Amino acid sequence: MRILVCVKRVPAPGARINIAADGQAVDTAFLGFTMSPHEECAVEEAVQLVERHGGEATVLTLGPSEADEQLRYAASLGVARAVLLPITGPDWDPQRTASAITAAITDLEAADGAFDLILFGNESADSGGFQVGIRVAHALGRPMVNGIKGIDVDGDTLRARREADVGVEVYEVPMPAVLGVKEGINLPRYPTLKGRLASKKVDVAQVVPQAEAGGQQMVRLLPAAEQVSATVILGRGPDAAAAVVDMLQEIGVLK
Amino acid sequence: MTDTTNQAASAGTVPATAKCVIIGAGIVGNCLVGHLSRLGWTDMVQIDKGPLPNPGGSTGHASNFIFPTDHSKEMAFLTLESQRQYVDHGLNNTSGGIEVARKPERLEEFKRRMTSAKAWGIDSRLVTPAEIKELVPFINEEILLGGFYTPSVSCVDSLETGTQMRNEAVAKGALQVFANTEVLDIETEDGPGGPTVKAVVTNKGRIECEYVAIACGVWSPRIAKMAGANIPLTPAVHQMADVGPIDILQQSGKEVAYPIVRDMDTYCYERQTAGSMEVGSYAHRPIFMHPDDIPSNDESALSPTELPFTADDFDQQFEEAIDLMEMLGEAEIRYAINGLLSLTPDANPVLGETVEVRNLWSAAAVWIKEGPGIAQIVAEWMTYGYPHLCDPHSTDISRFYPHEKTEHHILARCAEHFNKTYGIVHPREQWASQRGMRRSPFYAREEALGAVFFDARGWERPQWFESNAKLVDKFPEAFTPRQHEWDARWWSPITNAEHLQMRESVGMVDLTAFNEFDITGPGAMAYLQYMCVNNVDVAVGRSVYTPLLTQHGGFRGDLTIQRLGTDHFRIITGAFDGGRDNYWFRRYMPTDGSVTFTDMSQGICTLGVWGPNAEKTMAKIVTDQSKPYDVSQTGFPYGAVREVLIDGVPCIMFRISYVGENGWEIYTNMEHGLRLWDTIAEAGKEFDIIPVGIGVYAITGRIEKGYRLMGAELESEYNPVEAGLARPKVKSADFMGKAEYMKARDEQPAAIMCTLSMDSQRCAAGYDRFPTGGNEPILTLDGERILDAKGRVSRVTTAGAGPSVGKYLLLSYLPPQHAVEGTKLQVMYMNECYPVTVERASATPLFDPDDSRMKS
Repeated sequence: MRILVCVKRVPAPGARINIAADGQAVDTAFLGFTMSPHEECAVEEAVQLVERHGGEATVLTLGPSEADEQLRYAASLGVARAVLLPITGPDWDPQRTASAITAAITDLEAADGAFDLILFGNESADSGGFQVGIRVAHALGRPMVNGIKGIDVDGDTLRARREADVGVEVYEVPMPAVLGVKEGINLPRYPTLKGRLASKKVDVAQVVPQAEAGGQQMVRLLPAAEQVSATVILGRGPDAAAAVVDMLQEIGVLK
Repeated sequence: MTDTTNQAASAGTVPATAKCVIIGAGIVGNCLVGHLSRLGWTDMVQIDKGPLPNPGGSTGHASNFIFPTDHSKEMAFLTLESQRQYVDHGLNNTSGGIEVARKPERLEEFKRRMTSAKAWGIDSRLVTPAEIKELVPFINEEILLGGFYTPSVSCVDSLETGTQMRNEAVAKGALQVFANTEVLDIETEDGPGGPTVKAVVTNKGRIECEYVAIACGVWSPRIAKMAGANIPLTPAVHQMADVGPIDILQQSGKEVAYPIVRDMDTYCYERQTAGSMEVGSYAHRPIFMHPDDIPSNDESALSPTELPFTADDFDQQFEEAIDLMEMLGEAEIRYAINGLLSLTPDANPVLGETVEVRNLWSAAAVWIKEGPGIAQIVAEWMTYGYPHLCDPHSTDISRFYPHEKTEHHILARCAEHFNKTYGIVHPREQWASQRGMRRSPFYAREEALGAVFFDARGWERPQWFESNAKLVDKFPEAFTPRQHEWDARWWSPITNAEHLQMRESVGMVDLTAFNEFDITGPGAMAYLQYMCVNNVDVAVGRSVYTPLLTQHGGFRGDLTIQRLGTDHFRIITGAFDGGRDNYWFRRYMPTDGSVTFTDMSQGICTLGVWGPNAEKTMAKIVTDQSKPYDVSQTGFPYGAVREVLIDGVPCIMFRISYVGENGWEIYTNMEHGLRLWDTIAEAGKEFDIIPVGIGVYAITGRIEKGYRLMGAELESEYNPVEAGLARPKVKSADFMGKAEYMKARDEQPAAIMCTLSMDSQRCAAGYDRFPTGGNEPILTLDGERILDAKGRVSRVTTAGAGPSVGKYLLLSYLPPQHAVEGTKLQVMYMNECYPVTVERASATPLFDPDDSRMKS
């Protein structure tokens, strides 16, 4: 199988997210960076599919040159090839991003053949637009299902599962296909020391993306209203028992 | 043990008053409240901006292992005491530990470590690669040359130990604890003794208090600054990664089943943590962070001191770790951080009352291994005025001069020493950074004479002069070749030649690094009488040498005081104690305005002129206005202090010597210094005057005379009787430490400062060795460590050649049964034993015992 995983470099914040003074970005002064959790699962899924079915996985990102870190992280887990579409300045809007990724995929496939499967995270952890994967699939004219929590490959057909309100939806999709993967599909592995060291040697291909801006514009970021959680101490030791019982009744644990 | 402090920790507001506020609930803050409560403190409030039991400081992510051996006495004591306290809490898990060598020079360092381990009574042994393999079956012994194994190496639970100490204080009713409470300000009020702590303002209210102790690690500078004080340290990154799971570790079923491995030559360690291995490093580039930039608990993905891992900085260490333990290659990197810890400009902790604000205390440790011990000495210090556990000479916050407390200096020095954390650091090793910070007016002449400069708290001091190299041929008997590179490092045979030339004719020594403090006013005499052991009520124009004692009667200082007027005294003290003495004198000054303290050091330069021809040299140029000055012993006796002109330059001459020769310390204003140097150099030409380095002044000249040095022979664990510095009579005036001193005079001393000589320096390899004076243990002929009745170990405090006595000399305290002249003992150096003889069991010098050269 030839599998492509698309990821995005996002900050790894603490409980409080600081926003830069101009309201245009998260203040990342002392933050580390990661890929979105859904994408970590997509990478893991790609690696497992290759382990099961053979082939090769490629990871691609559009982002700042520092996103090399996320590509090599994927490489440290077993992804063989990496492609960076470097941009400068603020994040591109979803339409423009999708357009650039579509163009890059077209070029990659022209050179080495089609990807049987293209995986996205369900949505990015920072902007959460839920758009890029769907736009890319649409542009490539391939079937796309989002929210996927299980993938089985059977010949040229994929069976993809996702959770519904009640029960599970199962889709059969012909390959080549695009899937949006959701956290929980697997438990992503950690890189091994050898994996980390090997990832340093992976050649990251760079293709400067060209695409027109789309219609969505960010006005500004605002901090979410602070969630105040007050801790009430009900008492200590045996003396607290009565108050605990009252509380358990109040919240419906005890009748 | 459950945390019983949570209830208080979540209380809404802090009390309006308290005796003492302790800021920080890491290992030091927690142990500090515990120790203070044991010493009787009550009405204490402890606050931390983070949650309990892990508020998010360095303690929370510490590796928590203890390798007890340290070459520094003070750090070894603090570490061993801390380990003992962890044992007391039942939270010391003995795993053993091996430092492994990949390079031959490391094996030499292990011999030195064996020697230090012997001194401190730590059971250690050298092990072969095969023996290492037996202890650590998954190690690749093929790349190793050997190891230094210490069975008592342990892993401790610093969070739980701290919690127990905190709970102990709470249970006694001595302490209230407030977590999630941030310090916004520390208020001070001006008083006659300078600013004094008044209150701590927090986001949960204001606490008026008498004392504040800052025990908040990497945040210390930020908190101290709120009060206008300075705790010189910087948060710095120490990278670590937890990798696993690893089968053999999981199968052990223990938290730590295998000895901790320190891979010394790659500056890394491997420490088992249950089923995985923690790999930590001090090899990466120094990475610093400003205390103001550390994220809050809320802003942190993990904790404020567990910053995002920068993997690029660690890759080489991963490769080296796999070379050492192949199994690590397949282990997963499950947790990796750029952990913050505190680094200080000289790598030692920063303890004691801040010099800027009274009753504001710093308790800044560097490592977990020393935390409880440090908490104890700070608690003792706060209680008794000075610690009892051990002399805090190298950790005292007042050791720093102003330029050493700037961010510029802190970062430069920390950048230099970070990668030496596992380095091989020579006792005489010199700093490369921040040099040329303080230069005497003689500097240009000294540089032209090929001075090799050593750093003395910022001062550039000539250790020896290459211009004197020709003298090595003149005194061939003094030249004992140092075949081993270690012995010859930061040393030159020129020192011995300078020594002999000075003793034969005359030499001049740059002593500008001295500190001069003027004590003036109507209360000056009474005040100094209280501070000093010896009687300072001498005639104007005379001087007194005196110890300063702690409240407990141990050495706090030793210096000379000149009486320049009825109410005008000048204290002369050395570069390495100037900061500490400055603080000590100011701290105990009367607050009624009757005494003024003025630090004159920046304006005064000093030149020592000594030797049999010193008098003839100075007679040519010293005048009382236009008349020649009588500089003979009759006209200008030993100990006298006189204002004179030297070729027209106003100077003060002080007839004294630290090298055992006739001559003077000569002081003048900095701007006159160069002319003074040139005048004396010219006058001495006919006597072949030479510039003489500190190698003679501080070591060879001093040790032949048995002169004691503060911080080496003189420490608070010892008293003047033991040091051989008790005068026949005691003055009637009261003075600090007098009661203890009087007691010591009535008792048989438990140890006596002795001068020993090496009977043979020949090592097993067939050449001579030269101990550096780095705490080498003195042993019985049976090879046993020598402890006195107070449990203090006999060890070398200074070592050096005695070119005029033709012996290699050692100073050491010995118990009375060994402190007998002629007694044969041994000294261990680099893990070999050498025979020594007790030459002097008193302060009587080996060279010129009746001091006739100085005084006639």
